[in-house]
Amino acid sequence: MARTLKLRIWRGNDKDGGLQDVTVEANNGEVVLDIIHRVQATQMGDLAVRWNCKAGKCGSCSMEINGKPRLACMTQVSAYGEDEVITITPLRAFPVIKDLVTDVSFNYKKAMEVRAYEHPTDLAPGEARMQQVDVERSQEFRKCIECFLCQDTCHVIRDHEENKKSFAGPRFFIRLAELDMHPLDTLRNRKQSAQEEHGLGMCNITKCCTEVCPEHIRITDNAIIPMKERVVDVKYDPLRWLGSVIRKREGIL
Amino acid sequence: MTQQAERYKYDIVVIGAGGAGLRAAVEAREAGLSVAIVCKSLFGKAHTVMAEGGAAASMGNVNEKDNWMVHFRDTMRGGKFLNHYRMAELHAKEAPDRIWELETWGALFDRTKEGKISQRNFGGHEYPRLAHVGDRTGLELIRTMQQRIVALQQKDGRELGDTEKMIKVFAEVTITEILKENGKVAGAYGYRRENGQEIVFEAPAVVIATGGVGKTFKITSNSWEGTGDGHALALKAGANLVDMEFLQFHPTGMVWPLSVKGILVTESVRGEGGILTNNLGERFMFKYIPDVFKDKYADNEAEADRWYIDQDNNRRPPELLPRDEVARAINSEVKAGRGTEHGGVFLDVSKRLSAEVIKKRLPSMWHQFYELAGVDITKEAMEVGPTCHYVMGGVEVDPDSAAAVGVDGLFAAGEVAGGMHGSNRLGGNSLTDLLVFGRRAGMGAVEYVKSHGANPVSDATIEKAAAKIAAPFVSTGGENAYTLHTELQEVTHNLVGIIRTGEELSEAIVKIAELRKRSANISVTGDRMFNPGFHLVFDLDNMLLVAESTAKSALAREESRGGHTRDDFPGMNSTWRQVNHISSFDGSQVNIKAQPLPVLPKELFDLFDVHELEKYMTPQEIAKGGSN
Repeated sequence: MARTLKLRIWRGNDKDGGLQDVTVEANNGEVVLDIIHRVQATQMGDLAVRWNCKAGKCGSCSMEINGKPRLACMTQVSAYGEDEVITITPLRAFPVIKDLVTDVSFNYKKAMEVRAYEHPTDLAPGEARMQQVDVERSQEFRKCIECFLCQDTCHVIRDHEENKKSFAGPRFFIRLAELDMHPLDTLRNRKQSAQEEHGLGMCNITKCCTEVCPEHIRITDNAIIPMKERVVDVKYDPLRWLGSVIRKREGIL
Repeated sequence: MTQQAERYKYDIVVIGAGGAGLRAAVEAREAGLSVAIVCKSLFGKAHTVMAEGGAAASMGNVNEKDNWMVHFRDTMRGGKFLNHYRMAELHAKEAPDRIWELETWGALFDRTKEGKISQRNFGGHEYPRLAHVGDRTGLELIRTMQQRIVALQQKDGRELGDTEKMIKVFAEVTITEILKENGKVAGAYGYRRENGQEIVFEAPAVVIATGGVGKTFKITSNSWEGTGDGHALALKAGANLVDMEFLQFHPTGMVWPLSVKGILVTESVRGEGGILTNNLGERFMFKYIPDVFKDKYADNEAEADRWYIDQDNNRRPPELLPRDEVARAINSEVKAGRGTEHGGVFLDVSKRLSAEVIKKRLPSMWHQFYELAGVDITKEAMEVGPTCHYVMGGVEVDPDSAAAVGVDGLFAAGEVAGGMHGSNRLGGNSLTDLLVFGRRAGMGAVEYVKSHGANPVSDATIEKAAAKIAAPFVSTGGENAYTLHTELQEVTHNLVGIIRTGEELSEAIVKIAELRKRSANISVTGDRMFNPGFHLVFDLDNMLLVAESTAKSALAREESRGGHTRDDFPGMNSTWRQVNHISSFDGSQVNIKAQPLPVLPKELFDLFDVHELEKYMTPQEIAKGGSN
């Protein structure tokens, strides 16, 4: 059953832009990305939008829908009222390139700053033995589809460009936590580097990131808080620091 | 006119940043060469991310009877013996090493009780063989490869002072042409999607790893990137495509609501015990076991159910037949009026597994159905139907080096390469295909560059390539690229789909040619700034060429085999098994020629029971017993 939908879509570039009213047909069961595609095919051939899989798996179609950071492919049109106007804007934390497309290179720079996984040199391919329960903690964080909605919503950088230099953001805190909890990673100072190099201390645990995560990763509870707690332990107790290193080598932690 | 093209020099250009492209890049960098990785999307968004079930490798972690020979046999059976034997052999032998290697780069697969990499059952695989991470294995693979590239860049940063000195990722760049000088590859030409800025890559070797062609079809599990770019680039550069008639329609795509039609429902649902029923409640797959598989699949429910507990003494449930068989069965049920309200069949896992186990083993399926269709798969059945998923056909390559036949300096790996999967790919063989042949393409390109050196690009070549990019803005023909794309999808869906006839294929060839003529008159609105209408012009050109190749190849093959079903030639024919179809492009149209399939060598021939081979081969072939 078709309905007529009223949209306001932000159009413009890095210098100038504004909301444009659009009226478009919508079918039962359609998501916001379907609607954007219909607008593109019938009214605005050059409307810029990023998307790939249209199945919530690649994290490309991140945008703000009625002010909330969301994946357009996972947002049902039916979630909005009959007469409600749906406002679609680009991610606010990143510079606009055109229309709904933003420059997310900040995230790739931060990814480069997180020191990669280091495999034990004495463990040959195929020899690793890990228990399911031990890999599951890191697996939760490896579900991340890099949609960067958590980065967009995080108030440390959302309206504070000046913090971007010293703050990696929730996506990279879960990357650090993932490596910290990885049963085999041999690099020992993950928690400390989170604190000292990646700005973990600037996070004040408002859980906004967890709320917007389309993969339902418990970013704050399972990554940020445990790292913050252990940073405090480690920072003030050298014996605990040594113990944690040994436990990690033994695959206990 | 736009500003002058940016210009870069590399040893190797890799087009495509999915599993195969990234694996090739890693190989090239580790050999000391410089690499540009070019992709249409952001880094890490490639279609590999969509692979759900797992990566097939005979590590024997769950059933120690598994080994490369069993895997090789399964792959050949799945492909109905049209596979290039050497590719299937290399793949089966090298797949375990490629999986273990991922673990050394930080991948975290699900584990067995002994702490080894866990392996799950899948259609057509005799033993549990798929390394997996829940139902998001592709994400684990792409992220691991992406992070491996970053690791190498970080090392270059520490040792050479520049993270991008040896590997640079050019994200959101479309390649429009493979450049050649003196008959050999000299580089690639393209433009930045962000602003239309043109780019010249000078490189003596190019690896094509662009994935598939799904967007040529109306109902597909593929993302927008699957527009056959590499297939078309290779054809235009003078390479061949092999067996383009073989397309895999995955049996289980979502069918409702309309907006999600085609989205993949992983085969793991059936691997974990999901059953298929029609609107009469009948478990219909028992009716569709073909003769060649009768001794391996259960013909009654009791035995099929027992298999989940005791695999040594029972035959497999027919839900786990190779994908082509299951897709055709579903198609027949729906056609006979036994389908669901929305034109699919039911797939139910809720009766066999508890809600908790379903959410743990199939988390993204639960999520996908709950959020997009309002269906809770722990309580109710899913509605599913066939969706265009994978192209078995692709660039004709030398199996060992992945070098494209006919063009010096060109290599191809992954879905864009042909031969490995024959007429039908087994689930799980794609992810390991990416790694095995991505690495080999990297090695092949390294060897080529070391022995050939640079091949400079001339100004005349650049000017010609630039003119093609400017063309859509100059045209005043008034055709709309979006409309032509929709029309092409209708043609392929209706006339080149899962069941084909000679008459319909001939009609499709005429219609595709008409669309191609009209595509010359596409006009673009707006400017070069991130303009999807402009981008679609190049994607569409590629899709038209691929569709023509598929339709013509399909018309030529007068039999039914794997991912090619002819209503007018319903049986499999041993004589046709000896033939590959080679597509080439003469500048105006695709031409098809038949080419003899390489003969199975004696040592591989002898891996099979001769009675099984008799089902596929002619008596003369059996009498010869393979080549020496």
